[in-house]
Amino acid sequence: MLRDYSRLNTFSKVLRNNAEVYSNIPCIREKEYGIWQTSTWKEFYHQAQILALGLRDKGLKRGDKISIIGDNRPNLYITIAAAQLIGAVPVPCYQDSVAEELQYILEHAEVKIVVVENQEQVDKVLEILDRLPKLKIIFYDDPRGLEKYKNKEIASLKSIFDVQAVDLSWVDSEIEKTSEDEISVMLYTSGTTGRPKGVLLSYKNIISVTSQACEIEKTSINDEVVAYLPMAWVGDFIFCVAQSYLSGFCINCPESRDTLTTDLREIGPTYYFAPPRVWEGMLTQLMVRMQDATKLKLWIFNYFMFVAKKWGNDILDKKSVSIWGRCLYSLGYLFVYGPLKNNLGLTRVRMAYTAGEAMGPDTFLFYRSLGINLKVLYGQTEATVFVSLHRDSDVDPNTVGPAFPGVEIKIVDDEVLYRGTGVFKGYYKNDEATKETIDSKGWVKTGDAGVIDKNGHLKIIDRAKDVGKLNSGKMFAPKYIENKLKFCGIIKEVVAFGDKKDFVCCFINIDLEAVASWAERNNVAYSGYIDLASQDQVYDLIAKEILNVNKDLSKDSELFESQIKRFLILHKELDADDGELTRTNKVRRGLISERYGKLVEAMYKNDKTCFIETEVTFEDGRKGKISADLKIKDMETFDLEGVAA
Amino acid sequence: MKKQNEKNKYSQLMDIKNVNLSFGGLKALIDVDLQINTGEILAIIGPNGAGKSSMLNVISGIYIPQKGIVKWKGQIRKKIAPHNIARMGIARTFQNIALFRGMSALDNILTGRNILMKRNMFLEMLYLGPSKNQEIEHRKKVEEIIDFLEIQSIRKTPVSRLPYGLQKRVELGRALALEPELLLLDEPMAGMNVEEKEDMCRFVLDVNEQFGTTIVLIEHDMGVVMDISDRVAVLDYGIKIADGTPDEVRSEQKVIDAYLGAG
Repeated sequence: MLRDYSRLNTFSKVLRNNAEVYSNIPCIREKEYGIWQTSTWKEFYHQAQILALGLRDKGLKRGDKISIIGDNRPNLYITIAAAQLIGAVPVPCYQDSVAEELQYILEHAEVKIVVVENQEQVDKVLEILDRLPKLKIIFYDDPRGLEKYKNKEIASLKSIFDVQAVDLSWVDSEIEKTSEDEISVMLYTSGTTGRPKGVLLSYKNIISVTSQACEIEKTSINDEVVAYLPMAWVGDFIFCVAQSYLSGFCINCPESRDTLTTDLREIGPTYYFAPPRVWEGMLTQLMVRMQDATKLKLWIFNYFMFVAKKWGNDILDKKSVSIWGRCLYSLGYLFVYGPLKNNLGLTRVRMAYTAGEAMGPDTFLFYRSLGINLKVLYGQTEATVFVSLHRDSDVDPNTVGPAFPGVEIKIVDDEVLYRGTGVFKGYYKNDEATKETIDSKGWVKTGDAGVIDKNGHLKIIDRAKDVGKLNSGKMFAPKYIENKLKFCGIIKEVVAFGDKKDFVCCFINIDLEAVASWAERNNVAYSGYIDLASQDQVYDLIAKEILNVNKDLSKDSELFESQIKRFLILHKELDADDGELTRTNKVRRGLISERYGKLVEAMYKNDKTCFIETEVTFEDGRKGKISADLKIKDMETFDLEGVAA
Repeated sequence: MKKQNEKNKYSQLMDIKNVNLSFGGLKALIDVDLQINTGEILAIIGPNGAGKSSMLNVISGIYIPQKGIVKWKGQIRKKIAPHNIARMGIARTFQNIALFRGMSALDNILTGRNILMKRNMFLEMLYLGPSKNQEIEHRKKVEEIIDFLEIQSIRKTPVSRLPYGLQKRVELGRALALEPELLLLDEPMAGMNVEEKEDMCRFVLDVNEQFGTTIVLIEHDMGVVMDISDRVAVLDYGIKIADGTPDEVRSEQKVIDAYLGAG
């Protein structure tokens, strides 16, 4: 249904309209007590109105900031809606953030009210409360364990919802006052470098871009989405709030983080988005489980995966495929792909996105060959997500697709620049950074190095500042090498070094689940992560994978010098709690090469081992130390193949 | 689940006086006095063979002491059949997990409600009227417990496939399904790693806080005991050598001797 977004130009107006036109259509579901509990648009709107009044009574005014911290829960989505009804600005935060990270954001954003999910989050906010003079009250959703808290700053959301007979006409008048240029939401960037910055997005930004996206994908009330990504990520805001509002589809909140797989299967989403890490994780789990299958099953799986690799992608792209290929593929669908998709909960998926980071082409093609319409979305919080997007039957795994409608892309000094209606209003209280990012003509710097290919697709090479040169003068793009390595499943994270060096070295994080399963099958005894990571057999296992990658790289005249010469397996997993990853799980290169500088040095000094001691932060914020003697392994490299030097 | 504080008119839930228990020539408990106050968390500690489990069995009514009296809510308790113990509002977990291994976590917890089901086999078989409503009511309670113990992801998993820590949690769930007034936990944290222990501690405290359940537990981990108990009773060779707040007990010379083995 096409709606007039010049009239419905803010979310509060869209929501009010939804409550009329979609009144009894499911809006949000939550699995509680083992049953999916559904709210309709009408109920959702009603709840939001009541909460809006409650927030007003607690002193929340137009333009004030209200923070939301927790897993995806209906009441937190209602809070976003309620804040927007009265023109306040929601500021979702990452629920895993430690207290200090929260403090920075709550302080910087001058948050007045915080709405959190449960006791865990209440504890965190209480810990920093005395440093946040502007913060007036903390509302919580789940009262569990909070009964004995005596703090006067905390109150339950239920106390607001329990209010009987309220006059909602005031909310109506507030809705009329909102305008499209007002700030709809403030999202903090994950900050691969430096402090997080608050990105201001207006209603106009979001509605103009999101309505285009709905148009391209033809989303409707019949779609189903599972809301499981952090609410502080722009992706969740666009898919689960904006697109849901504009198309009227229902979003489904899983029961808990552990039940996600089951819940996914029960809902069978038609629209699925995940960062590469989730796709990679699913693939790893699948491969691990296949290793336990009987020989016959494994053979059938391998054979049909070969069939899928050969024809699957073409069939999905509706290209001409031989009858033989189609027959085999149909058979494969019956035996392997169908059950597999069912198992992953992806049977009904009409469109799937990967976004947030680069994904290895092999992983990407694996899913497409199963008949899952996976596409790459390239975007940024600053662009209201969409910069470029693959279109159906025009998908190239090596690119991130053509520009999104209404977005112009240009390349200046290898760096990708864009402009369009989605371009953000600026960073909150940081004009300097805003000026650095947006130029006077509205072009925004992405910080990514890229090229536009002959089909008009944008191809991202790497973060511009990460792309370096080897001493031989050849380009060194770490992400590309890392993604190639990550495809094998037993490697969870890689950090490659090579800029201004003679050759390439890397740190490896093994995937505990995959390697543990391997160890079990091969009778390798181990006591824990550190022990497993340091075993010679594991080193050999990783070396085998690296050798394959080296072989692949040796075929490329541009990249053959990027073959990995030496590597080591880190004694701990890179962790966001230690600041090594961002909250969206991107590697913080600068910090890692600084913290593990000793190891990098050792790798280039030809040492065989290196001793390292690192500080780790436990989940409850306590700190501890772990140390290990790490082995460094040399790798065989190949000469350039088939290309005249 | 409603708070049970209001139900308990007695400040002392159980009063045990002068209890003696022996197996043949072996004296397990000698003249032990113990009061269990409503709403408290009481820990019973002591070296191996001190009589802790015997004490727990006396409380639950499995063992009948040869001498002494056990008063439950002010009334002298006579010999009692096991299913009536449950009916009185006493539930327990075991040192060695005692679950139905082939059944799912949900079904295991549901068995805990067996005593509360008003059975009519015929109606149950047809799943009609009142029995259907009753089933829904019980399932609802069980789901509340599952939510409380955060075991949604293993709801339908057979318990034999669960790791030890989770099995312990399911067992606690089954005991809670009875909606007990007095909950007896026999070494709830034995064999757990630090994280599992911390989780379990939280659940024990939450049960006590949210449902007002009185809890008696046997535990070896002194850290846990001192952290979560309101009161600690120490047994040594069948004799109660101390009884008081964790701080009082910690500084008691007899306790130190019993644990450090002073001559």
